[in-house]
Amino acid sequence: MAEVKTPLIEMRDISIAFGGIKAVDRASVDLYPGEVVGLLGHNGAGKSTLIKVLSGAYKRDEGQILINGSEVTINNPRDAKALGIETIYQTLALADNVDAAANLYLGRELRTRMGTLDDVAMEAETRKVMKRLNPNFRRFKEPVMKLSGGQRQSVAIARAIHFNARILIMDEPTAALGPQETAQVGELIKQLKADGIGIFLISHDLHDVFDLADRLTVMKNGRVVGSAHVKDVDHDGVLGMIIAGKVPRGATPGPGALVG
Amino acid sequence: MAKHHDANSEPARSREGLLKQFFNATEIDTRILGMIVALLLVWCIFDVWSGYIRPNEGLFGGSFLTPRNLWTLLVQTSSIAVMSTGMVLLIVLRQIDLSVGSMLSLVAVATGVLQVYQLGPALGVGHPAIWILGVLACLTLGTAIGAFNGFLTAYAKIPAFIVTLGGLIAYSGVAFLLARGETVAPMDQNFGIFGGGIASSWLGPFWSWVLAAVGCAAIVRGIVNGRRQRQRFGFPLRPVWAEVFLAAIGSLATLGTTWVMNSYPWPPGVIEKYAKSNSIAIPPGIENRDGKAICMAATQVVHCNEGLIYYTGFSLPALIAIAVCMIMTFIATRTAFGRYIYATGGNPEAAELAGINTRALTVKAFALMGFLVGVSSIISSARLNAATNALGLTNELYVIAATVIGGTSLAGGVGTIYGAMVGALMMQSIISGMSLLNLPAAYQNMVVGGVLVLAVYLDQLYRRRVN
Repeated sequence: MAEVKTPLIEMRDISIAFGGIKAVDRASVDLYPGEVVGLLGHNGAGKSTLIKVLSGAYKRDEGQILINGSEVTINNPRDAKALGIETIYQTLALADNVDAAANLYLGRELRTRMGTLDDVAMEAETRKVMKRLNPNFRRFKEPVMKLSGGQRQSVAIARAIHFNARILIMDEPTAALGPQETAQVGELIKQLKADGIGIFLISHDLHDVFDLADRLTVMKNGRVVGSAHVKDVDHDGVLGMIIAGKVPRGATPGPGALVG
Repeated sequence: MAKHHDANSEPARSREGLLKQFFNATEIDTRILGMIVALLLVWCIFDVWSGYIRPNEGLFGGSFLTPRNLWTLLVQTSSIAVMSTGMVLLIVLRQIDLSVGSMLSLVAVATGVLQVYQLGPALGVGHPAIWILGVLACLTLGTAIGAFNGFLTAYAKIPAFIVTLGGLIAYSGVAFLLARGETVAPMDQNFGIFGGGIASSWLGPFWSWVLAAVGCAAIVRGIVNGRRQRQRFGFPLRPVWAEVFLAAIGSLATLGTTWVMNSYPWPPGVIEKYAKSNSIAIPPGIENRDGKAICMAATQVVHCNEGLIYYTGFSLPALIAIAVCMIMTFIATRTAFGRYIYATGGNPEAAELAGINTRALTVKAFALMGFLVGVSSIISSARLNAATNALGLTNELYVIAATVIGGTSLAGGVGTIYGAMVGALMMQSIISGMSLLNLPAAYQNMVVGGVLVLAVYLDQLYRRRVN
């Protein structure tokens, strides 16, 4: 990654507060093309909130977001999608009462020449995408609430990668999955990396992050404790950052690092 | 709903047998089928029961299943049915509009005042611009009030229940003030065609048959087109016999309804007036009290069974209700707006994250509801040939009841337009049937309320079994 000078995305000194509590406090992260950056931290550390600023779900109070070096405005999810930022939320954010194709195309439906929904074309495209992601998927006509956890997850992933994303945010993508499906997601991440897509991976699971990520950033109490290349740190060092905010050797300290 | 089982019920299929295979193949919504069967059952019961009290020409010897009663039933249902289609979308969106009744009164009174006190004197009574302006005013005012409700709900973030409860109380007050507590009447004579009470609002047998033929052609075309589309993309197809069956059932229902509408004769008084004003000769005959026609007994015009007779065919309010049902079904299922309403009702947060502007969507849905209230206010005030501040009284209850009986879930995300239409028909059938039996209004209210609760209970049992 060293030869690429401009990061695909750079979030600088992002702050956001809810009712006087700083959920994210001057946090900075960056991401290069074809790179996976793991975001780690306890519940409430601010990682999901930081990432929701990027996906447009929250509006930041302060800070800058740069894509390929130029500043962009993200005020809502539509802005983020227009910039090629796609998100797989921990809750999946599926409309449970409509089918897979309707979810895949929600907000960017294919239209016929008359301007009506082209459900047949959308179903055809959905069948193609799902063939690649989850070849056993057959239940195209059913509301997604009737699908299994893994099937729902694959619909959410399909939605994120179908529209030529440049930046993919995955919030706990394997939390609801069995071992086989988790492995599938791992394979998918490697494939997307090869395509030059940058990925933010939010996870509780250290093993996931060490397996899949190139770099990692640890947050605690809304602040960045430190960042490191995965190969420069070990499990214990990262755990020390997550639990105590202690920055090990090989990692770059951030504003939230324990001083002394 | 039966179709949702086909993926995981291979062993069950052979066990449950032919009926299940039939529903799978035709993809008929068993829920709506159950409602239609219940509706037909209610009709039969009323016909048999009313036959015991006073034998008549109905299918089972009563007064309910007669062309006259069924024709009237459609006209009486139309106003509530039109509004219930809008209520479906609102409730699917997890909103509600309690103010539709008061809004209807307000729209009717305001545009009635415009027609009777302003346009009439200004343009001359009966000027053709009056009814056109009257209709436009109803639709515009309804849409505006609806959008106002929606704005308060979506942008001021006041719960819809409160906004429209306030509207329920306030709008009828405004209507009272505008009408100064009086009845605004009579409406413009051309405006009357929307009420279904005068000859010019009846389509007549010929055009009713033409319309029915067009309807059948559209059903067949729709089925053929759908099949071609699925073929083009190589999707699973329905068996041919199932397609033929659906086309046949749809066409039969269309033709049957038309036949019933075309069997209802004009009231003798209307024929007489029409014959006299168009100098049509009235044939001689013998007076008969149950007459459908008129004839001359000596120098007097009397009621006859055979003589001068005209048939009404579809009435304009019924046609408006049918057209609204089709357009609203189209909006709900074929447009992005409809898709967003269902998706937002299913998961508001997901819709927001998918980039849907859910606030603007809410305003649009309320505005559409207001537009439909405008349509209903035209039908109601034209039918009464007057506007009063009590015109829409308790309509909100019937509209919501029809919607809920029709299977729309108050939890949001689930509901169909045609379900609400059947719900509206069911409610009006019970009201009409009980009046045919001469039961007091108090009993009607008790039964309608009971049916509402029972329908929701049965629906829950059904859903639990299906899931």
